Amino acid sequence: MELALNQPAPLIKRLTWFDWLFAVVVGSGALFALSRYGEYMDIYDKGILLAAIPALTVFGWFWKPFRPLFLVVGALSLFAISLYDGNLARMEEAFFLKYLISSQAAIMWMCALFGLATLTYWTGLLSRSAFALKTGTALTWSAVALGFVGLMVRWYESYLIGPDVGHIPVSNLYEVFVLFCLITAMMYLYYEARYQARQLGALVLLVISAAVGFILWYTFDRGAHEIQPLVPALKSWWMKLHVPANFIGYGSFSLSAMLGVGYLLARRGILANRLPSLDVIDDMMYKAIAIGFGFFTIATILGAMWAAEAWGGYWSWDPKETWALIVWLNYAAWLHIRLVKGLRGPMLAWWAVIGLFVTTFAFLGVNMFLSGLHSYGTL
Amino acid sequence: MNTTSHTFGRSLFELLSSMRFAISLLSILAVASIVGTVLKQAEPYSNYLIQFGPFWFEVFRKLGLYDVYHAAWFLLILGFLVLSTSVCIWRNAPNFAREMRSFREHVTDQSLAAFKHQHVVETTQSPADFAARAQAYLEGQGYQVRQLPREDGLLLAAKAGSWNRLGYFLAHSAIVLICIGGLMDGNLVFKAQQALGMKKIETRDIPQSQVPAISRLSPSNPSFRGSVQIPEGSSANVVFLNVADGYLVQDLPFTVGLKQFRIEHYSTGQPKSFESDIELFDKSGKKIRDATIAVNHPLIHDGIAIYQASFADGGTRLTIQGWNLFAPMAAAFPIEGTVHQNTTLTSPAGNYTLEFTDFRPFNIENLGGDAPPKDNAMSVFGGSPVADNKHLHNVGPSFQYKLRDARGQAREFSNYMLPLELDGRWYMMSGVRESPNEAFRYLRMPLDADGKLDSFMRLRGALLNSDLRPEIAARFARQALPQNAWGTEIEDKLKFSATQVLALYADGGFQALGRFIEEKVPQAEREKAAGTYLRILELSAFEALAIANREAKLPPPKADDATGWLVRDTLNSMSDLFVYGAPVYLQLMQYDEVKASGLQLTRSPGKNVVYFGSLLLTLGVFFMFYVRERRVWLRVKPGQALLAMASTKHTLDFEQEFARHREALDTLAR
Ligand code: HEM
Repeated sequence: MELALNQPAPLIKRLTWFDWLFAVVVGSGALFALSRYGEYMDIYDKGILLAAIPALTVFGWFWKPFRPLFLVVGALSLFAISLYDGNLARMEEAFFLKYLISSQAAIMWMCALFGLATLTYWTGLLSRSAFALKTGTALTWSAVALGFVGLMVRWYESYLIGPDVGHIPVSNLYEVFVLFCLITAMMYLYYEARYQARQLGALVLLVISAAVGFILWYTFDRGAHEIQPLVPALKSWWMKLHVPANFIGYGSFSLSAMLGVGYLLARRGILANRLPSLDVIDDMMYKAIAIGFGFFTIATILGAMWAAEAWGGYWSWDPKETWALIVWLNYAAWLHIRLVKGLRGPMLAWWAVIGLFVTTFAFLGVNMFLSGLHSYGTL
Repeated sequence: MNTTSHTFGRSLFELLSSMRFAISLLSILAVASIVGTVLKQAEPYSNYLIQFGPFWFEVFRKLGLYDVYHAAWFLLILGFLVLSTSVCIWRNAPNFAREMRSFREHVTDQSLAAFKHQHVVETTQSPADFAARAQAYLEGQGYQVRQLPREDGLLLAAKAGSWNRLGYFLAHSAIVLICIGGLMDGNLVFKAQQALGMKKIETRDIPQSQVPAISRLSPSNPSFRGSVQIPEGSSANVVFLNVADGYLVQDLPFTVGLKQFRIEHYSTGQPKSFESDIELFDKSGKKIRDATIAVNHPLIHDGIAIYQASFADGGTRLTIQGWNLFAPMAAAFPIEGTVHQNTTLTSPAGNYTLEFTDFRPFNIENLGGDAPPKDNAMSVFGGSPVADNKHLHNVGPSFQYKLRDARGQAREFSNYMLPLELDGRWYMMSGVRESPNEAFRYLRMPLDADGKLDSFMRLRGALLNSDLRPEIAARFARQALPQNAWGTEIEDKLKFSATQVLALYADGGFQALGRFIEEKVPQAEREKAAGTYLRILELSAFEALAIANREAKLPPPKADDATGWLVRDTLNSMSDLFVYGAPVYLQLMQYDEVKASGLQLTRSPGKNVVYFGSLLLTLGVFFMFYVRERRVWLRVKPGQALLAMASTKHTLDFEQEFARHREALDTLAR
């Protein structure tokens, strides 16, 4: 019983040999990259690379499953790169590239695994099978790993197409949809472990599957997976920060909406004895919105700073900006109601669900229905 | 009296700082913002007039819907938000500041006993001992602890996460700061001047130098955002601010000259960079500095930022050959033009104004047809992400113009300079459309073996020339009939038919022939008749070409496939001339390109305020979310202790933490 008394030891003292190994791998990897490719990087690239060492290390220490994920993704990506050996044509020749870890193959595997994970989670939920739920978790992790490998390799492939074409894969709707799936899944996996709430995977994976459906349609119908060079407006290192930050926001808002669905279902007695308790769902929903709000705030500010550099004004009331503001105001109101008025329950759950529609419009609808600076119409 | 105004003030204060009001404002602001994303903002007023009709146009104008985000009512909502947030801070600040410092040492035993989260521990330890161990434990958990003597024992008052409150200050002051910064960069000053009649929007299309002072803003104007287009080799010392249905001229404290504007392309033809080499001069004409700006790389000089915003043609000089499309001859005439300028075109059908609107040195077109079939194993993955750009081609320069007739009606044309290969043959292409939101429809004129339009034009002239018709018909009839039928009635009939077909065609192309057949021929025979007429027309046209060549002192056309296609293409193309909508075709022969760079210049003193506010907002939001404020009390008496815990926010973390403390104290008490 002494355990309960122990003061939480400082983080440093709780670290295992694996934690240190992880730190060494992250650090030496980044330093190797710096020494080998430093001459191609500008000061920002270098700064970000160096800042990534402590950031990734601490993140891995804080969230332990990130370490194996990082190592697996790193190893597979390096393997893919070594198979390429600087020759794009190897994509069709090398067995592993062709069927597994060329960017497109890996991303399609990610899609398939997310689909399987959805089915498995539902099986687990309906049959109350802990084993099936565990399998769902494993499949989701594998999907995340392959998705990241896909993005990393895609990054490399873009440079093989042409040194001036190469860019980080967060620049078009196809790439950010993959990112969206990955971020939503990772956030869910984090909460799933924290709250021991595997059953919710069935709901959360639905929104990821919807995104996967979009990716597939976009690939097969529109050929959107083709790597295109960046238009001048996107050639800015702000993009590398702004877009991922935005997607942490979008991902967690979507997560909260699916939790909202779970809350509403459970409250009506549907699946109630299979899903976690209302309190747990409610708490997860709040956490997701809070973290999403934080990152969305940062993303919007970064966007404003980028706009100030690219368009000559930090705020132009362009439709995409305006919708970002609407999303932000929406969740600000949500937080006030919950935290200040202390309201809980179905009303907020409904609101979170509706929030998904507002968010989806801001994220997709604006690109499809409204025109503005974000469609890069003028340059 | 005094009390009423006091209570009124009080309830206004209550209202402004109430949560309900704040949430309403946030929602109203969100909904109001939607308006401006649905209705395109700051378009020319004529567009709105066409879209809504005169009545609604006026209503929407009064409501400020064409510039929602600067409309008085929108600013009023924002103003209320700032006010409400400020009042809210004003109201909460003293309490929150006190709370941050306070340990709430004055809780009474009764109130502790009434806490929802409380727990009693029995212990045999002395109050002082137990309190010391508990204090060590709490401090280990990150609490600040105070020990206070109480009558029969003591009280431990502990708190953690006070910064949560600081977060509130930071985030909410940030909202106020950001709005103030935004207002500093808005056009409030101008609006006030406009309301007082000191400034007026210019709506006339006049040279910048003639814009009167009342529509000009001085170089010391603290904030502006305007744009200007500078052709290469020219300079500008003003920018234009689009306001409502007009503009204002902002005088600059310096002059910007454009030396060169460059576009670089990727190998696929997509633009890779837009760059302007500019130079700045002071008022006396002395050069201050040279610089190159690009998208995402502005130049900031003297608090004014200069951005690469767009590009356009800066007045390219065009050397053109004009072809009279309805003249029965094939000669071309020269025209000189400059983009953005007009010339007059005289024709038998009346005078036209020729307005040169644009020139493009590159046109990347997809000439590829369908993508190759994907039958390899990777196709299940959607195929390779390496784009297949083989069918993207640069088809060379094009220029655009409007041809306006005497009644003011205009059609827009877009002509390529170089021929395009379609279905294995080469054509000159000319696009035409009636209004800007249509796509261009293309007229394609065949080139001859020399790669020129001359044969097309010659044949076209001959077909339009009614004087030649008898000879064409005669030659056609001789060619079509065996010698023993020459001079018979059949020949006369054939000649007559050919003359008729040629006349109909020259009058209105295939459409005229079609109409004729519909009128004269019974339904059952139409198809056959059409085939016959087409055959007659093609063979006659070949004879027409032979005659035209003879007149032009050229060798007769060869009777080969190429000539056959030339004749067929000419007939198709000529028929389209009747719906082309212009009496001339303008062929670009040479050009001398002048580009213009669109620059945006801004002065925004509020930017740093906004950025500072943003920093506070970020910090504030993270303090509020990630620093959990909570308090613990331990009332220690001989033999037992009461643990109580409270937080402004009840999350599961809080419950878990309470459970942990409870267990720990049970252990400690043993
Ligand atoms: C655009 C405007 C606003 C934004 C973005 C905003 C944002 C926030 C956020 C993110 C929180 C944190 C919730 C939490 O504690 O986790 C919060 C709390 C709060 N807000 Fe606002 N707020 C705004 C306007 C207002 C206004 C106008 C009021 C005044 C009525 C107000 C009063 C409060 C109060 C009292 C809290 C609780 C602070 C606490 O207990 O820690 N807010 N706000």
